[in-house]
Amino acid sequence: MPAQWTLIAVLAIAVAGYFLGRSRALGRAGGDIRQLHSLPGYYGYNVALTGLVPALLVLGVWSFLRMRGVTAGGTFVPTLLILAVSLGLTFLALSRTGPAFRARNAVERGILWLLIGAASIAILTTLGIVLSLIFNTVEFFRLYPAADFFFGTVWQPSFGGGSSLGILPLLWGTLYISAIALAVAVPIGLFAAFYLSEYAGPKFRAIAKPLLEVLAGIPTIVYGLFALLTVGPLLLTVFGPEGASWMQGGTAVMTAGLVMGIMLIPFVSSLSDDIINAVPQAMRDGSLGLGATKSETVRHVVLPAALPGIVGAILLAASRAIGETMIVVLGAGAAARLSLNPFDAMTTVTAKIVSQLTGDSDFSSPEALVAFSLGMTLFVITLGLNVLALYIVRKYREQYE
Amino acid sequence: MKDTTVTERAVQMDDIKISARGVQVYYGDNHAIKDVNVDIADKTVTAFIGPSGCGKSTFLRCLNRMNDTIDVCRVEGDILLDGEDIYDRRVDPVQLRAKVGMVFQKPNPFPKSIYDNVAYGPRIHGLARNKADLDEIVEKALRRGAIWDEVKDRLHAPGTGLSGGQQQRLCIARAVATEPEVLLMDEPCSALDPIATAQVEELIDELRTRYSVVIVTHSMQQAARVSQRTAFFHLGNLVEYGDTDQIFTNPEDSRTEAYISGRIG
Repeated sequence: MPAQWTLIAVLAIAVAGYFLGRSRALGRAGGDIRQLHSLPGYYGYNVALTGLVPALLVLGVWSFLRMRGVTAGGTFVPTLLILAVSLGLTFLALSRTGPAFRARNAVERGILWLLIGAASIAILTTLGIVLSLIFNTVEFFRLYPAADFFFGTVWQPSFGGGSSLGILPLLWGTLYISAIALAVAVPIGLFAAFYLSEYAGPKFRAIAKPLLEVLAGIPTIVYGLFALLTVGPLLLTVFGPEGASWMQGGTAVMTAGLVMGIMLIPFVSSLSDDIINAVPQAMRDGSLGLGATKSETVRHVVLPAALPGIVGAILLAASRAIGETMIVVLGAGAAARLSLNPFDAMTTVTAKIVSQLTGDSDFSSPEALVAFSLGMTLFVITLGLNVLALYIVRKYREQYE
Repeated sequence: MKDTTVTERAVQMDDIKISARGVQVYYGDNHAIKDVNVDIADKTVTAFIGPSGCGKSTFLRCLNRMNDTIDVCRVEGDILLDGEDIYDRRVDPVQLRAKVGMVFQKPNPFPKSIYDNVAYGPRIHGLARNKADLDEIVEKALRRGAIWDEVKDRLHAPGTGLSGGQQQRLCIARAVATEPEVLLMDEPCSALDPIATAQVEELIDELRTRYSVVIVTHSMQQAARVSQRTAFFHLGNLVEYGDTDQIFTNPEDSRTEAYISGRIG
């Protein structure tokens, strides 16, 4: 393939350019580094980068066009163009190399542009994803009325057409499971954070904190297995037909909510722990110095001071809960249902996105396109929560600076 | 009239509030305070001076057991408050700290309203029977902190919004609100500008009529201005302790003389 060979050639020219630039700078300074504006290496980097970056850009554009099916000029003309750019710019940079040339400044400017480029790629990708979501959502709403989607209470996709695609049962399941998860994670996580940061000794803390963070490193599919194989059957024996008989099967809102809560504990506790530690020691000293006990100090001084940050942490945890998929797929069941009973099987927005897109689906049917509008809805909700959380956390930070 | 004020303000040295005997403090292996004996008089301002790291703040923190909050810190010897050993097993450090208030180096108002800052101690210790009672306590404390006139119209504004000097006076008012018997001040003016410093110093002089005040300071001028008795610490030793006038004009120890004339420290 000529593209690979062109790439190797361009890289070789850059390496050669580095050594040539370096030795040329030294040569024109008569071997005395002090005569040069910059260290010799900078002259080398300047020559190498000047030849390399534009040639790589041209190569990138060419590859992109080829992927899009544009083959004008065959392979010979573009290859020649790239090599010409690389060699030409290398020689131009070499000819400018001399003791008076400010190679260090030039290289640093070049690096600045590289950094800007990396940042733009991250931003543009996000933008691209959002745009693709928006276009597909618009496409979906052309095939299916938006009012039925947002206010419909029945979720019954049938690939033969005539499906009811109301988001409400899914949204209800998402919010119900998230609420249970937060009800588990917030108290436990917060108490753990307060214990770790205010009461635990340094030795215990040094062991317990990493252990708690291991919980955060467990892949969510493992939590899902845990929900399916352990928590579900356990709940079934207590609340199932042989027990309280509230529960029909192992998959339920409660199962998924409990396991998701466990997943969120380290998230809440480690964020809150950082926030509690950011409360200045002077606050605690002030309170202790007035004759307050440790627990009074925690309740009346540390907690209020850390509260905005803790609320931010909880909102971040909530947006994770809403976006969580694997635990729900395995733990909550697949039935879209509007029910108040936490032992009923329900399903969430994320789980339905998975089921709408897996299997043979025609990507122009509303049954498949609905996944994009579900994704868009989720995206808007979590984005809103994240923005709110960041706003609150930032506001809190200003207090002590 | 004037004569009576003078007699009232005259230093009553015999009335000993705190008496420390053979106090040793260790931070891990570091022997921070070496065999300190000191008697702190009631209704007097006692200044602790000395170069950085000489242990004056450490010793101050022993007097209300704030060092208990530091794990590696160990205190030996006897410290008696009104004749009772404060390191006795039966003494609750929490209650001791209500009796021996503390003002810190940097103003540290809680992120609450001015009112709640001052009401914090009284609420915790149940000093007020009702809201009117608490209002009265808060007003009295703010008046004693010489800040009432500046904040009386914005009692429910956050305490962190005040200027540095006002914050420090708020912290003094907060400490005074729990009706302490002794007030410990750890370099209370080091984060303040000269005008705020002058206000706080004036306040310290007023506080002397009610409390025994112990102040740690880096500024020898400040020690000379506000205190009646001065203790000079050097490398963990109490080098010299006596009337402020005598310490600054006629020190007995050569190290004291070297410090106050600026040759060590």
